[in-house]
Amino acid sequence: MSLLEVRDLSIRYGATDVVSGLDFDVAPGEAVGLVGASGSGKSQTALAIMGLLPRAASISGSVRLGPHELLGAPARVLDRVRPTRIAMVFQDPAQALNPYLRVGRQLVRILEQHRIARGASARQKVVEMLARVGLPDAPRQAAAWPHELSGGMRQRVMIASALLAGPELLVADEPTTALDVTVQAQILDLLESLRQDTALLLITHDLGIVAGRCERMLVLEAGRLVESGPVREVFSRPQAAGTEALLAATPAPGAAREAVAGPEVFRIEGAAVCYRPRRGPPLHAVRGVGLAVARGEIVAVVGESGAGKTSLGRAALGLVPLAAGRIVLAGSELAPLAADRSLAARRAVQLVFQDPAASLNPRLTVSDIVAEPLTVHEPGLKAAERGSRVEAALAATGLEAGFMTRYPHELSGGQAQRVAIARALILEPRVLICDEAVAALDGRARRRILGLFDTARAETGLAVIFITHDLGVAQEMAHRVLVMYLGRLAELGPAVAVLSQPLHPYTQALLAAVPRADPRDPGGRATITGEVPSPVATPAGCAFHPRCPRAEGRCAEERPAARGVAGSRVACHFAEEFLAGDAPA
Amino acid sequence: MARYILLRVLGAIPTLLLVIVLAFLMVHAAPGGPFDAERVLPPDIEANIARAYHLDEPLPVQLWRYLAGLVQGDLGPSYRYRDHTVAELIGSAFPLSLKLGLLAMICAVTLGVAAGTAAALRHNSLGDRLLMGFAMTGISVPVFVVAPLFVLVFAIHLDWLPAGWSGNPGAGRLVLPVLALALPQVAYIARLTRASMLEVLASDFIRTARAQGLGTAAIVRYHALKPAMLPVLSYMGPAIAAILTGSVVVEEIFGIPGLGQFFVRGALNRDYTLVLGIVIFYAALVILLNLVVDVLYGVIDPRIRQR
Amino acid sequence: MNALPRTFAGLRASRTARVCVVLLALIVLAALVGPLVSPHDYQRADFDRILVPPGSGDAHVFGTDDLGRDLFVRTMLGTRITILVAVVASIVSLVIGVAYGALAGLAGGRVDALMMRFVDTLYALPFIFLVILLMVAFERNFLLIFVAIGAINWLDMARIVRGQTLSLKEREFVQAARLIGVSTPRILLRHIAPNLVGVVIVYLTLTIPQAILVESFLSFLGLGIQEPQTSLGALVDAGVNQMEGAAWMLLIPATLLAVILLCFNFLGDAMRDAVDVRGAR
Repeated sequence: MSLLEVRDLSIRYGATDVVSGLDFDVAPGEAVGLVGASGSGKSQTALAIMGLLPRAASISGSVRLGPHELLGAPARVLDRVRPTRIAMVFQDPAQALNPYLRVGRQLVRILEQHRIARGASARQKVVEMLARVGLPDAPRQAAAWPHELSGGMRQRVMIASALLAGPELLVADEPTTALDVTVQAQILDLLESLRQDTALLLITHDLGIVAGRCERMLVLEAGRLVESGPVREVFSRPQAAGTEALLAATPAPGAAREAVAGPEVFRIEGAAVCYRPRRGPPLHAVRGVGLAVARGEIVAVVGESGAGKTSLGRAALGLVPLAAGRIVLAGSELAPLAADRSLAARRAVQLVFQDPAASLNPRLTVSDIVAEPLTVHEPGLKAAERGSRVEAALAATGLEAGFMTRYPHELSGGQAQRVAIARALILEPRVLICDEAVAALDGRARRRILGLFDTARAETGLAVIFITHDLGVAQEMAHRVLVMYLGRLAELGPAVAVLSQPLHPYTQALLAAVPRADPRDPGGRATITGEVPSPVATPAGCAFHPRCPRAEGRCAEERPAARGVAGSRVACHFAEEFLAGDAPA
Repeated sequence: MARYILLRVLGAIPTLLLVIVLAFLMVHAAPGGPFDAERVLPPDIEANIARAYHLDEPLPVQLWRYLAGLVQGDLGPSYRYRDHTVAELIGSAFPLSLKLGLLAMICAVTLGVAAGTAAALRHNSLGDRLLMGFAMTGISVPVFVVAPLFVLVFAIHLDWLPAGWSGNPGAGRLVLPVLALALPQVAYIARLTRASMLEVLASDFIRTARAQGLGTAAIVRYHALKPAMLPVLSYMGPAIAAILTGSVVVEEIFGIPGLGQFFVRGALNRDYTLVLGIVIFYAALVILLNLVVDVLYGVIDPRIRQR
Repeated sequence: MNALPRTFAGLRASRTARVCVVLLALIVLAALVGPLVSPHDYQRADFDRILVPPGSGDAHVFGTDDLGRDLFVRTMLGTRITILVAVVASIVSLVIGVAYGALAGLAGGRVDALMMRFVDTLYALPFIFLVILLMVAFERNFLLIFVAIGAINWLDMARIVRGQTLSLKEREFVQAARLIGVSTPRILLRHIAPNLVGVVIVYLTLTIPQAILVESFLSFLGLGIQEPQTSLGALVDAGVNQMEGAAWMLLIPATLLAVILLCFNFLGDAMRDAVDVRGAR
C-alpha cells in the first residue's frame, strides 16, 4: 500500500511540456530521491504534488495521497492535507520564511490555522519543535526575525515548520543547495533523524546526496522518468544514458592530480583585504594569505562562505586594494590596483566570472565583446586581422563563426561562458583567475568548460587560480589546493596530499561532508557542528576552534602559524601529530 | 528604535530650515515691494510702511527676525488682511482643511488598498483589468477637472448633492469635495497596492504559507498585507503633498473657506507674508507627516530599524 | 536584455500602447494644423457670438467662449502650449536628472551619499507650493514655468539614473571591461550609456504627464500661462466659471487634457513593463 501515488502526471506551460507521463509511488516511511539536471522537471513535479503550481500550468494525471486526490482538488481540501499530511521544505531558506514576522509567530500560525493548538500551548509546542531541530536557546530564538538567523538555522526553522503538524510525507526540494557543505551534512542528518516514520521525497541535482540518504531513486530527464529503482542498483548498473551523464557529472571517489613542476609565474604574498563599510566594524576578508602559481599549473582555492576566496582573487586582479602584502608577476611586483598597472601587466592577469550572462554586455555582439581586449591592447590591428583573431579565439572554445553576430541573450549559459573565456584568453594572459566559473553550469557544459581550462594550461602554459566551493571540481582539476577558513590559510599543498590525507581538521571535515555518488561510501557526514561565524567577529586564537572536534585550550588562545608540514603548509597546532597518525584526544 | 526616531527627527530639521530660507529669499528677491500694486504713495508714507514691516533692514536681519518669530509661532502680519496676523488666519482656516484632507486620506487608503488587493487576487481577470483601467483614468485626470465634473454631474445635472459650501449646512456638502480630493489618490494607491501585492504574492514565503495550508484569506492577512503595504506607506508622503495641493483647487471650486482658499487669494493678491506663512506651514506639515511615515516604516520592517 | 529594441517590441505588442501613440499623434497634428486652417483668430473677440454652443452650424466647431472667441482655435492653441511646456520642461528635467543621477552613480561612495541625501531632502519639500511662491514673486513668463516644472521633476529621473548607473557599474561586464584596461570614457560610452537609454526614455515618457499636470494646475489657478495666451489648464479654469450655462467650455478642454494625460500614462506604463525597471519608489 503506497502513501503517495503519482499516475501519468503531465505538466505543460503553453506548448512546452515540462513533465510528461510521470508514474511513481512513495511507500509510508520510505525515503525516495528524485534526481535530474536543472530543467528536468523535478521541482515542477514537487510543486504539482503540493498543489503549488502557478495558474499558467496545465496539469493532467493523478496524484493521490492516501484517500485524497490532490490534483485539481479545491483549495479547502488541499488546505486540510497541507501540512498535516504532506509538507514541504524549500530550497532557499532566506526566501522561504516571511521576513516581516518573527519565526515563532510563523510557526504558531500553522498550529492555530489547523486547530492543533492555540495560545500558550501552541507557543510551547513551537518552542519544543525549534529545540528539536537544534536551535540553541529555542525560547529566545522563537522571537527572532528570520534575518537574524544564519542560513542553516533558517533551514532548521523551515524543517520545524514542515514537521510541526506531523505529516506522513515530507517533500524536500533541494533543501541544502543554498547552504555550505558542512551545514548541508548537518541539515541532512537532522532531516533523517527527525522524520522517523514520515516518508521523504528528496529532490536534488546531487546524486551524492541520494546515494547517502535514500532507499530508492527516480531519475528525470527532460520531464520523463528514465530510470527508477533501489539506489544501489541504479548506481551500479545505470540503464539510461541520462543517469550515466548525471553520474559522470558528480564527483566520485577518485585520485587527485599529481603536481606539475614549472617556473613560478605569479605570487600573492601575505595578502590582506579589509572592507570598511560606512557604518559598522571593518570586515577583514583576507588576512595574510600567500600563494604561488607555476606555469601550466592549476591551483584550486576552496572554502565555504566567508572564507575570503573571492576577495583573494579580486585582490590578485587589483579590483580591491590590498591592506597588506604584495602581488608579484614573473618576478616583478605589480601595483596593487589594476588601474595603476601597466597595460602589459593587466593583460597578463585575466578573470572569468561566475555568472556568464552578467559578465557580457547585453548591448554588444559576441564578436564585439571578444574583440574589445584587442582594441585596447593592440589598437594598431587591422579590422580583418582582428576579425580573424576573434574567430580563432572563439573556435578555440568550440564556438563557430556563426556565433559572432549573436547577442548574449541568444546564448546558453555554457556558450556565454565560452565567450567570456574567449575574451579572457584572446590576450594570451599568463594567469587566469576563475571565480566559481562553472558553479552556474550544468553537468555537460561544466565538463566542457573545465576541459577548456585544462587545454589552455597544457598548450600555452597558462597558470590558473580556480576559486570554487566545490571540492569535486578541485579534485578533478587542481594540481594544488589552497583551503581557506575565515580569511586565513588553513592548508595549502599538492592536491593528492590535501584531498586524500588532509592535515587540518577543517579540511578533514570538509572532505567528510562532501557527498559522493557511491552508495557504499556516500560521504556527506557531518563531523563538525555549527556554521562559519561572521568575518566581522572572528573567534580569538584559531578561528576554527569553536567548531573543531580536536580543539584544546591553547587553540582558543594561540593562533596557529601556517608552517611547512610534509610538503604542505598547514595552520593547525596538531598538524604534525595528524601526520604521525596520532590525533590528540 | 529610539535612536532611529531621533535620527529621523534630526534629519528633518535642516529640511525645514531649507524651505523656510528658500521661501523667504524668494519672496524678498521679488522685484518691487508688496505694496507696489496700490496707488503711488508719497515717499515718506512708503518709508513708514517699510519701517513698520521692517522692510528697511538688511535682508539677513529680516530673515533672523522672521526665524525668531517663527520659533514663537509668529508668522508676522498679513499685508492684506490688515487686522489679522498670518498665524491667526492659518489658525482659523486650517481646521476645515484638515477635516477635508483627513477624510480624503481615509477614503483614499481604505478604498485604494481594498481595490488594489481585490485586483491582485484576481490577477488578469476582467474585473482586474476594468479596475486598473479605471485607476489609470483616476490618476490621469487632474483634481481641477474631476471636481468641476462632479459639480456638473452630481450637483447641477442630477441635483443629488450641494455644489457650494455657504448656505448648505449639513454633511452633504462634504461629499463631493472629499471624493474629488480622494479620487486620484484612491486610483494611485489601488495601483500601488495591486503591484506590490502581486509581487509579494509571487514571493517564496507566500508559497511556503500556501504549502502550510493557510488559505488565501489567512495568507493575505498574516503574510502578505504587511509587506505589500510598505510601498503604500512610502507613498503617504507624496500623497499628503498631493492632497494639500488638491485642497487648494477643491476649496476654490467648492468655495470652501479653508487654508487653500486663503492661499490662492493670497497668491493672486500678492499677500507675501500670508503666502510665505502658508507655504512654511504646509512644508512643516508635509515634513512632519513624512517623519511619521518614516517611523511607521521602521515599525513594520524589522530590517530597517536596526540600521 | 536589449533595452531599447525590447521597449519598442513591447510597445508593438501592447494594443493600448498602439492606440495611445495614434491618439497622441492625431492630437498633436490637430494642434499644429488646426489653427492654421481655421478661419478664426485665437484672440479676436466677437461680442455678437458669445457662448455659441458647438455644432450650431456657425463654423465654430467647438463653439465660442464668453468673449465670443472661437473655442476650437483656442483649444488647439492651448494644447500646443500645454504639450510644448510639458516636453520642454521634461527635457529640462531629463538633462538635470540624468546628469545629476549619472554623476552620483559614477562617483559612488560619500559623494553619492551626499548627493542623494540632498535629493531626499528635496523630495520632502512640497515643491508645488514653492513654485507657486515663485510665480507670485516674479513676473510670470514661459521660461520661469519651464524652469520651475523642470526643477520639480528631475528628482525621479535622478534617482532612477543613479540607481541604474550604480548597478551597471557593479555589473560584471563593466568590471570585465575595466580589467581588460578599457578607458573610463570608453566604458561610459560603450558599456554604461547604452544600457541607460531604455530607462531614460521610459521615465521621460512618464515625466511628460507630470509636467502637463503641474503646468495646467498653475494655469488653472491663474498663475501660469496668461491671457491672451492660453493652455488647457487655463481653458478648464474659464470653463469652470461658465459651466452652468456653457458646459462645453469645460468639457472640451477637460476631455482633451484627460485624454492626453491618459495616453502618456498608458504609454509610459507599457514601456516600463517592457523594460521592467524598478526603483522609482
